[in-house]
Amino acid sequence: MTEPRVSAPLVLGIESSCDETGVGIVRGDQMLANEVASSVEQHVRFGGVVPEVASRAHLQAIVPALERAFEKAGVSPDELDGIAVTSGPGLVGALVVGISAAKALSLAWNKPLYGVNHLVGHVAVDLLEHGPLDPDSPTMALLVSGGHTSLLRIGNLVDDIEEVGTTIDDAAGEAYDKVARVLGLAYPGGPVIDKAAQFGDPTAIRFPRGLTAKHDLEKHRFDFSFSGLKTAVSRWVETEQAAGREIPVNDVAASFQEAVADVLTAKAVDACQRFGATTLLLGGGVAANSRLRGLLEERTAAAGIILRRPRPGLCTDNGAMIAVLGAQVIASGAAPSPILLGADSGMPVSRSYEAPAA
Amino acid sequence: MTETTPAPTPAPERVVLAIDTATDICIGLASGDTVLAVRREGDRRAHVEHLTALIAEALAEAGLAMADVTDIVVGMGPGPFTGLRVGIATAETLAWAGRTPVHGVCSLDVVAYEHAEAAQPTEDFVVAADARRKELYWALYAPDGTRIGQPHVSAPEALPAAVVIGPGADLYPAVNRGQRSEGPRAIDPGLLARVGLDLPDAGDQPLYLRRPDAVAPTSRKSTLVSHKRLSIGRL
Ligand SMILES: [Zn+2]
Repeated sequence: MTEPRVSAPLVLGIESSCDETGVGIVRGDQMLANEVASSVEQHVRFGGVVPEVASRAHLQAIVPALERAFEKAGVSPDELDGIAVTSGPGLVGALVVGISAAKALSLAWNKPLYGVNHLVGHVAVDLLEHGPLDPDSPTMALLVSGGHTSLLRIGNLVDDIEEVGTTIDDAAGEAYDKVARVLGLAYPGGPVIDKAAQFGDPTAIRFPRGLTAKHDLEKHRFDFSFSGLKTAVSRWVETEQAAGREIPVNDVAASFQEAVADVLTAKAVDACQRFGATTLLLGGGVAANSRLRGLLEERTAAAGIILRRPRPGLCTDNGAMIAVLGAQVIASGAAPSPILLGADSGMPVSRSYEAPAA
Repeated sequence: MTETTPAPTPAPERVVLAIDTATDICIGLASGDTVLAVRREGDRRAHVEHLTALIAEALAEAGLAMADVTDIVVGMGPGPFTGLRVGIATAETLAWAGRTPVHGVCSLDVVAYEHAEAAQPTEDFVVAADARRKELYWALYAPDGTRIGQPHVSAPEALPAAVVIGPGADLYPAVNRGQRSEGPRAIDPGLLARVGLDLPDAGDQPLYLRRPDAVAPTSRKSTLVSHKRLSIGRL
């Protein structure tokens, strides 16, 4: 006879898949600490994340972040029920720094280790803000980050996730970076385009909505494409420049952002209806985007769908999202990951954690 | 035998854990001059998978736990970056978790130490390791094993005219004039654990010796001649 857990699992989470070194500590779905060190400024002049620069920064940041997290959480390592770490997807050289640290702690403190999925962490993070998923309200997740754009049917976060749609070319975040470059704006593109768009007219230019034509919907009803949009913005800007006209940066930003938000929200609501989901959960770095949040609010309300979105501060990469997913995995009674756990740059989103070999 | 003065409490035994991932995965455990356990794994693409498991194995063989380790020695390179960082991240985190002091050394120094002890050379010599891209990491040593200057990375042709030993000694015909030199070809993990604390402090930063590969983008490709100045956020 198994007793229900007396208390929610206390979990340390470590994240190092891209340019943020994150250490979080959670108890169940309660966040106790969330320390993040970012190397984003070191990548600005390169217009994108340089893997070796990010990896070097992780090594510098990891131990100080651990120190700060334990200080803030006020818990002692021997109270931990487990250590969760991002084992994929992400940049291998970056991932291995966090995995090495997590394994070292697992050895030093004799605690079970769980390699978990970064993308699922972006979904799980909302539990810290809005509590457990409602089993009576099936959930669809829209995951929009620098490298990923997906629609996920969530049965549960541990072993029932199905990708029902994804981008067939660029991720939404990549399109933001590229359009920012075209407009001469800074990297990363998400926040600067969002800001410029506040001052622009979203209806000024009608940019294409990828994979929304009738013949595309047959094959790619829930898939995304942002490559054509990016090219359309680029071409529009060049044409205007060739004609000697000043570029209305704010209008271009607003119109581009409108195209992105329109197609993301339309397909997300459609997916909810098709799969009978009554809750839509928004996750990932781009989920901090104000227009995406606003339009999603309108359209889910109109469709009678409950919208869950973590606050912007939890949408970017962090350790608490890894810890809270780890807590879900531990609470499910899953066995720890194997001691030979490695980095899996292409870890599929349907795999929430690395189970031991059968 | 008349008096029963209690024997002075012996100084607590020091147990040194040595970790080096600049080349192979090398793990050594030693107490004083006694090597307690060593592990070596040659798969250079699987550092992160194997390192902690091998440390656990070595500890088990010695009948010890991490809590028994009083000092950690870690090779700071030079070596291929990703594997090197696995060793350093592991060592630094273990050190933090156990409040154990950590001593970073130049990975080439232990090879020089071994050669100086074993062969008693009479002239300066070089320890070299594979730096990929047709280059070697290397450092010059006095006959007694003392490093002369900082480690370098360069083409094999640029090495000083001296006997070259170490893991990179046999990679290029330009080294040792194509002859095989006498001397160690690998880092000895047991030796690193025994003498690592006496090797010079290499600081707390990895010996990368190369800048990251990264190029700032040149201005956006365009067929257009003039670019108007763009502005953001004008109210
Ligand atoms: Zn992310």
